[in-house]
Amino acid sequence: MLRSNIYEFQSKAHEENPYFPKLARIVRRVPMVEDNHLFLVRFDNPADDEQFDYIPGQFMEISVIGTGECPISLSSTPTRKGMLEFCVRRMGRVTNALYQLRDNDVIGIRGPYGNGFPVHEMEGSNLLLIAGGLGMAPLRSMLNYALDNRRKYERLILMYGSKYPEDILFRDELESLRGRQDIDCMLTVEQSYSLPDAKPWGGRIGMVTDLFKDIRDLDPENTYAIACGPPIFYKYVIDKLIERHFPKDRILISLERRMECGIGKCGHCGIGYKYTCIDGPVFTYWDALNLPEMIA
Amino acid sequence: MKVLKLPKENREKFARALQYFGDVHIPVARGKESFVFKKMSDPADIAWEYLRTIAPPKKYILPSREALLRYDETAGYEAVEPGYDRTQILFGLHPCDIHGLSIMDMVYDGEYNDTYYFQRRKDIAVIGLSCTPDDKCFCRSMGTDSVDSGYDLFLSELEESYMIAVGTGFGDQMVSHTRHLLHESTGEDRKEYLQRRNERKDQFQIELDTSDLPYILDLEKGSEVWDDIGAQCLVCGSCSMVCPTCSCFNMYDRQNLDGVSGERFREWDSCLFKNYTRVAGGETFRDTRADRVKNRYVHKQGHFVEEYGRPGCVGCGRCIDACPAGINVVEVFQRLRGVVA
Repeated sequence: MLRSNIYEFQSKAHEENPYFPKLARIVRRVPMVEDNHLFLVRFDNPADDEQFDYIPGQFMEISVIGTGECPISLSSTPTRKGMLEFCVRRMGRVTNALYQLRDNDVIGIRGPYGNGFPVHEMEGSNLLLIAGGLGMAPLRSMLNYALDNRRKYERLILMYGSKYPEDILFRDELESLRGRQDIDCMLTVEQSYSLPDAKPWGGRIGMVTDLFKDIRDLDPENTYAIACGPPIFYKYVIDKLIERHFPKDRILISLERRMECGIGKCGHCGIGYKYTCIDGPVFTYWDALNLPEMIA
Repeated sequence: MKVLKLPKENREKFARALQYFGDVHIPVARGKESFVFKKMSDPADIAWEYLRTIAPPKKYILPSREALLRYDETAGYEAVEPGYDRTQILFGLHPCDIHGLSIMDMVYDGEYNDTYYFQRRKDIAVIGLSCTPDDKCFCRSMGTDSVDSGYDLFLSELEESYMIAVGTGFGDQMVSHTRHLLHESTGEDRKEYLQRRNERKDQFQIELDTSDLPYILDLEKGSEVWDDIGAQCLVCGSCSMVCPTCSCFNMYDRQNLDGVSGERFREWDSCLFKNYTRVAGGETFRDTRADRVKNRYVHKQGHFVEEYGRPGCVGCGRCIDACPAGINVVEVFQRLRGVVA
């Protein structure tokens, strides 16, 4: 019953500081589409590199020294050792500052944070990945993880919708998957072009939800649907999945929220009694129905 | 448990003697009706009859603003190491505030433990003091009107003396050092204590019925009561700032004038502010005042229960006291229950 206040907290005070960013360097930056660049990053200390491991769907807090921190999801896969890849949209204060940095400049990173996709529970099932816009960034990690562990999963289907052809993230990489038998890679755009000198688009035109009619004989009971996109995207995609009798706990969504700490303390990403940073960012649709405000 | 007695004529000497162990912080009057916790310079300043301070004692562990890191563009980051040189003895905490500290301890512990919080927390000692409720106290409803743990010493007021419960080994050191000021407690004292306990439960003037509350809050999430409260609320955040269990903070970097170095701070934040949920690009997830005020109440009485098995409210009444719009948390829940219109 009684506890010793003055001694109880000693050990907790001396554990590892969870707010301390490790130094890393921008090795290279690959422009993907306008204001969406892929940052290839490596820890400054090789020991940090060796210890580091993560799961697709997790994110890290990236510090631009002198500006601040923001959460960015990992686009690389832990199955390919080497650099960490972050697909960053130039959007807010920190990402704007990140875009000012040059190759070999130093940043701080801490993490990985979040639950990530349930890669082990999903083994033996079909994977239906559905991305809208920048939602491809975390899904690209899952996609490559599944390709590298191809035997662990049954059918692998990617449906990815963008506004214009020049908005498609990882376009070359994804187009190169089209001839393969072990993945069904479907890309669609809402409009075929916006710039006069853009590379011509010979692919599909329409919403990502239109792609559902091309999927045949997919057993929803043995499939995980993983959706990631802007708030409005979820409503339409989930309606389609429910129409096709996907169980609510086999529909996974990855959410964006304001995060300051990444470790469940600062409160900003709270949805109901869950924190997006430690309980998410991956939630099931069942969670979403039971937590207010999860989906706009 | 070891129980002793402090005669009232010795109480200031007792408080002074505690300085042997560290800095003593006491409730003192600020203006006519307000009190604050402040480092003791003279034990005569102790407001023995105070009821609630403006800010709760969490300020000693989670300052309103603190530096977490120092940075330099070439050298990178360096952790600031907070903490006190001496033990900080918080003297005169009422049961609600002791529970408030225990709740903060739970929130800052967990999957990731907040080392900054615990670097201060490890040097905090707590001396509790009994109290008489007023028309804003509802600790009895929250189960926080007494404490079984979380204190080193607890002083229960009797007519001529205080009964002292010794909660910890550190508490035992404090009473051993002040033994010349203390007496053994007698059967008479225990009788008087029980009589006062029995009388105290009738002194509460407001009650918040918590039975089934998380479920009712879920059922009533679309209630128009929230729109009414949202229309009243100024979203000033005062209730968060004075709350013993509000723990949210922002983090930001502040650059020094040299342009290459600076500090990363954290600072108290409130979920009532619109920017609280704002993400890059400008979207917010709780747009209306009603959404935000509902989130705050539902978090304390619903979500917190789901997460920790107890409400995140200790019934101290500070939010009722601080609200410039006159919103009373107890009335809000009574209206939601349909008990009052």
